Amino acid sequence: MLELFQSPIMQRALVAGLLVGLSAPAVGTFIVQRRLALLGDGIGHIALTGVALGFLTGTAPTLTAVVVAVLGAVAIELVRERGRTSGDVALALLFYGGIAGGVLLIGLSKEGSNATLMSYLFGSVSTVTQDDVLVIGALSAGVLGVVLVFGRELFLLCQDPEVAKASGLPVRFLSLLLAVTAALTVVIAMRVVGLLLVSALMVVPVAASQQLTRGFRTTLLLAMVFGVVATVGGLGYTYYVNVAPGAGIVLLALLGFALALGVGTFIRRNRTGESRR
Amino acid sequence: MSQQTVFAMTGGHVSLDGRAVLRGVDLQIRAGEVVAVLGANGSGKSTLIRALLGLVPLTAGRTELYGVPPARFREWHRVGYVPQRLLAGGGVPSTIREVVASGRIARQRRLRPASAADRAAIARALTAVGLADRAGDPVAALSGGQQQRVLIARALAGEPETFVMDEPTAGVDAASQANLADTLSKLVASGRTVVLVAHELGPLEPLITRAVVIKNGRVAHDGAPPSAVGAHALPGHDHVHPHAEPAEGGPLALSPGTAAAGE
Ligand SMILES: Nc1ncnc2c1ncn2[C@@H]1O[C@H](COP(=O)(O)OP(=O)(O)OP(=O)(O)O)[C@@H](O)[C@H]1O
Ligand SMILES: [Mg+2]
Repeated sequence: MLELFQSPIMQRALVAGLLVGLSAPAVGTFIVQRRLALLGDGIGHIALTGVALGFLTGTAPTLTAVVVAVLGAVAIELVRERGRTSGDVALALLFYGGIAGGVLLIGLSKEGSNATLMSYLFGSVSTVTQDDVLVIGALSAGVLGVVLVFGRELFLLCQDPEVAKASGLPVRFLSLLLAVTAALTVVIAMRVVGLLLVSALMVVPVAASQQLTRGFRTTLLLAMVFGVVATVGGLGYTYYVNVAPGAGIVLLALLGFALALGVGTFIRRNRTGESRR
Repeated sequence: MSQQTVFAMTGGHVSLDGRAVLRGVDLQIRAGEVVAVLGANGSGKSTLIRALLGLVPLTAGRTELYGVPPARFREWHRVGYVPQRLLAGGGVPSTIREVVASGRIARQRRLRPASAADRAAIARALTAVGLADRAGDPVAALSGGQQQRVLIARALAGEPETFVMDEPTAGVDAASQANLADTLSKLVASGRTVVLVAHELGPLEPLITRAVVIKNGRVAHDGAPPSAVGAHALPGHDHVHPHAEPAEGGPLALSPGTAAAGE
C-alpha cells in the first residue's frame, strides 16, 4: 500500500487526481443546476482538436487544449444564448467536428499514435509530467477561486437568469465565466480521466451527492468529497491493474452514486415514516 | 412628497418570436402607487412587467427605470422582482433559506460574507411568508403555493423600494393571501411602490390605488381600481366596460346610453 505513495509517477498522478476531484464536481454542481450536464462532453470533444493541434504544431497539447476548449465553450454559450430550437443541432455539429478534427489531426502528426489518442480519450497516469501537475494546480486554483468569488452570483444565475438580471448581476459575463470555467476544468481533468469521461466527473458526484442533501451548498461540498474519493481511489486501482484510469474513476463514482441512492432512499423512507407516526 | 417616477414607458412595443406581444404601451408609475395589472391570459401582462425591468428588449419605443434606461440602470437594489413561477432547474436541491437569501444579492459585495443586516432581513422575509420553521427544507419539496411564497420572500429579503410581482397570489391559500396583503400594506404605508399582476385581487383589493387593464398588448383601461369603478361610475371615466356592473342599480341601469355619456 505504501509503495503506491512512493512512486513519483503515482505521486504526481495522485496530486493531479486530488485537484481534479475537487474542481470538476464544484463546477459540475452549477452546470447540472443550469441543465447543461452535457456541456462538459461538448467541450471535451472540442478539446481533442486542441490536443491534436498541439501535436501537429509541436506546442504543448495542454496549452493548445486550453485555448481551443475556451474558444469552444464561448462558442457554445453564444449559440445557446441565441436560439432554442436550432441550438442543440449547432452544438452537435460542434461536438462531432471537434472529435473528427482531433482524430484527423492526430493521425497527421508524426508523434500521434493510437496510444496517444487513447491516453487523451481515457486518461493516462504515466504521462502526467511535473509540468502538467503545475498547470493543473494553477488551473484548479483558478476554477476553485471562481466558485469561491462568484458562487453566490452563479447560484442565482443558475436558479433564474431573469431574477439575476433584475438583481443587477452581469448575466452575460457570468454565463461566459461559467462556460470558460467548465472548459478549464475539462482540460484539468483531461490527463487524469480522459476527454470522453471528463463530463462524468462533473455530473456523477453531483448526482450522488444530491441523493443525500437538502441544500445547494451541501450538495456542492459533498460532491467534492465524492469526486476526490473517486479520483484518488480510481488512480490507486490503476497502480495495481493496468487499465486506463478514467474507467476506474468513473466506475467508482457510479458505485458512489448507487450507494448514495440506496442510503438516500432509506433515509427518506425513515423520515416520512417518523413524520407519519 | 416628491412623486418620483419609477417606471416610464412610452410607445413600448415588444415582439417575441416575431409575434407582436406589446403594441404601443404608454405607462408611467410613480413612487407610492399600488398598481394592479389586469387582463386575460396571454394579453401581455408578464411581458409588460418584464419589459419595464428591461428583461425583454423593446422593439420600438422606450422605457425608463427611475429615469434611466434599464441597460444603464445601476441601482438594482431599489427593485424586487417576483417572477410568475419558480423555475424547476436541473434538480440540484436548494433550501428555502438559500433561495430567499439570494434576494439580498443586489445589496451584497463579492467576497463579503453575509452581514448581520442580511441575516436579519432574510429572517424577517421568511417570517413574513410563514416559512421560517421550514427554512432548511428543499424548495422542490414544497407545494406550488408555498413555492410562490418563497419567491415573494426572496423579493422581500432584498428590501427594495419597488416591488414588481407577477401573480404573487396565484395558487396561494386565503390565509397566506391575507398575510401577504398585511405585509404589503405595511410596506405601502412606508412609501414603497408595488406593481402586481393578478387575476383575482382578493384581500389585496383595498391596497390597490390604480388598475391597468391590458388587452391584446395595449392598455385598455388605466385608472381607478375595479371596485371603485363598480361603486360609482366616475365622471369622465372613458367606460371601457360598457356592460359591466349590472348591480349598479337605479334607472341608469335601464338606459345604458346615459351611463356611457357620464352625466
Ligand atoms: N418566450 C416567448 N416566446 C414567444 N412568445 C411568447 C413568449 N412568452 C410569451 N409569449 C406570447 O406572448 C403573449 C403574452 O404572454 P404573457 O406571458 O405576457 O401573457 P400574460 O398576460 O402574462 O398571461 P398569463 O395570464 O397567462 O400569465 C402570449 O400570447 C404568449 O404566447
Ligand atoms: Mg403572465
